[in-house]
Amino acid sequence: MTKRAGMEIAFAAAEAVALCKPDVVAAYPITPNTHIPEHLSDIVADGRIDAEFICVESEHSALSACCGASATGARTFTATSSQGLLFMGEVMPIVSAMRLPVVMAIGNRALSAPINIWNDHSDIMSQRDMGWISIFASNGQEVVDMAIQAFKIAEHREVLLPLNINLDGFQLTHMVEPILFPDQAEVDRFLPEYKPYATLHPDKVLSMGTLGMPEIFTEAMKAKDVALINSKKIILQVWKEWEEQFGRMYEPIEAYKTEGADMLLLTMGSMGDTAEVAIDELRKRKVSAGLLRLKLWRPFPIEELRNAVKGAKVLAVMDRAVSFGGSAAPVGAEIRAALYGEPDRPLIINEIIGLGGRDVTVGDFIQIVEKAAQAEKEKPEEAYEIYGVRGS
Amino acid sequence: MSIIVENFDLYAPRLVDKEEYFSAGHRACQGCGEALAIRLMCKALGKDTVIVNATGCMEVVSSLYPTTAWKLPWLHVAFPNAASVGSGVEAGLKVLRRKGRIADRDIKTVSIGGDGGTVDIGLQALSGAMERGHDLLYVCFDNEAYMNTGIQRSGATPFGASTTTEPAGSASFGKKAWKKNVAEIMVAHNVPYVATACHSYPLDFMNKVKKAVKVKGPSYIHCLSVCPTGWRLPPEQCIKAGRMAVQTGIFPLYEVEDGKYRMTIETRELRPVEEYLKLQGRFRHLSEDEKKVIQERVNQEYKKLMNKVECLPSWSDLKE
Repeated sequence: MTKRAGMEIAFAAAEAVALCKPDVVAAYPITPNTHIPEHLSDIVADGRIDAEFICVESEHSALSACCGASATGARTFTATSSQGLLFMGEVMPIVSAMRLPVVMAIGNRALSAPINIWNDHSDIMSQRDMGWISIFASNGQEVVDMAIQAFKIAEHREVLLPLNINLDGFQLTHMVEPILFPDQAEVDRFLPEYKPYATLHPDKVLSMGTLGMPEIFTEAMKAKDVALINSKKIILQVWKEWEEQFGRMYEPIEAYKTEGADMLLLTMGSMGDTAEVAIDELRKRKVSAGLLRLKLWRPFPIEELRNAVKGAKVLAVMDRAVSFGGSAAPVGAEIRAALYGEPDRPLIINEIIGLGGRDVTVGDFIQIVEKAAQAEKEKPEEAYEIYGVRGS
Repeated sequence: MSIIVENFDLYAPRLVDKEEYFSAGHRACQGCGEALAIRLMCKALGKDTVIVNATGCMEVVSSLYPTTAWKLPWLHVAFPNAASVGSGVEAGLKVLRRKGRIADRDIKTVSIGGDGGTVDIGLQALSGAMERGHDLLYVCFDNEAYMNTGIQRSGATPFGASTTTEPAGSASFGKKAWKKNVAEIMVAHNVPYVATACHSYPLDFMNKVKKAVKVKGPSYIHCLSVCPTGWRLPPEQCIKAGRMAVQTGIFPLYEVEDGKYRMTIETRELRPVEEYLKLQGRFRHLSEDEKKVIQERVNQEYKKLMNKVECLPSWSDLKE
């Protein structure tokens, strides 16, 4: 039986992972993800799941240990944030190239300096091109659902790629929400046992992680790219199966009151729930605005995006990271590129907001929609703006 | 023991596994001590082994896709993490065996790395793995510099050696720091079995590998591996150089079982270090004064070691 419980989202994430019966968990403490592995270690200590919990001495070793464990055929989980994700950086592209379905929760946090433990998306954006499936949750229920979906997607024989679930540090990790938990039997029905494609074992000797010369490297990169692009089909399939079994629908881009809307906001992560309230308010004021929540960051849902923005006049893309000296912020630049060839594309403005834990309020989104309306009249010169800079 | 070594050809067929787990055809340089040591190590380990290889010469020369020299399950991930990847492999095999998802038998995880991957960039991961107590053997194949990238200085490079990043010149005699002693650092981790070894004493090395894998928990072997390319000596001098390292006392062979030190290759009288140094181009520039400094240091280190051999009891004898 599904049960409803009020729980801190980090704890809920750990409970969801436990329902998936991981074999090996390796993690290193860093705020704000820490409650996830902490609670998992509780679950292991209480014997609720049979898993090896490795208290590694660094994030680099956390992902390295996951890489080794996954290579033996173990279901493997880790979690981190910020500098910890950077420290894992060396191992990130190796895990994906070796097609090891490690699942990782990222409690998104700003990168130093100045040191700051609060939320933005600069950690994951630095790891954008590592070949991982990358999914953003906007609330606790999504975190729980996505954590269970994650293993099924990553371990699918046609995918075999690592996957990260992004949940905003503090705004999500430390928030208490009412969450629906499926019971063990339901999860067992949804999630099959991991059947690895190749494992490290003397009964079938093989070499993993060999040297690729220029003659083979391009082909290896092509194969990785194709694998990530093709994973979308399975992601959609797993989401469909989830909806059929649990009744909650997941889409790469979720639309809210976008029909006939002139202005669209596009958000990732927890900002989506705040933006929804802003859209309700704007609709009350007869402003023609809607919201797109981008949930699937990699593989990037190009087709879904093109369909979602059809008919809109202005698209305001929110970014929670800066691409210093770049043409726009990461999401803004991506979306501009994806829509460049569209004959009737909307005007795109790119707002960088909520850096290092700065609050993002309903009022901010209302202001940004006003900016969007203004932009439609007088095309802005700047490709992007860092929103709300004090003293400017 | 030394008699057996002198008559290795006579004894080897009876004492050494004929099965090759590290096959010929790899691309190591002529006279590579490390390739020889790995071949011997694999024979001592046998088939129920998983090898985790740090980035370095060995991964480059042995795993050029689509070929592999490895007849054991083998995994290479990156440079600094052979110990942490090994931790994960060990944990994975353990839990999968417990859950009945793989065959119910012992499979030993063995992480290997060069001196760069062990003494320098991999030291933290090694320390962590040893502290956590994984059932893991770590073998460092120490050729005393970053040979794969072109003979750059490492923490294991000996005093006075000329490398491409701390070269000898008119104002320098090469490396100014002493070699880092990772075997001692491992003893300080209370690792139940620690040993030094060299491919020039093959049976000694293989016996240590066999002993190390029998340990339930972490074990560490530091294997001096002569690199003719980086040490500037002819390939056929590889074995001789290894023996001289031991016989001059510059690299003594010993093991530490539960804290108890034991010399495994006894040397009645140490040869002068000059005999070791003069074989190698990397020490060619050293003055008599500098050689004297090295000799004094070797004498002192050797005395320190002998003092441990004589004075330190096994931890199990310290009870009550």
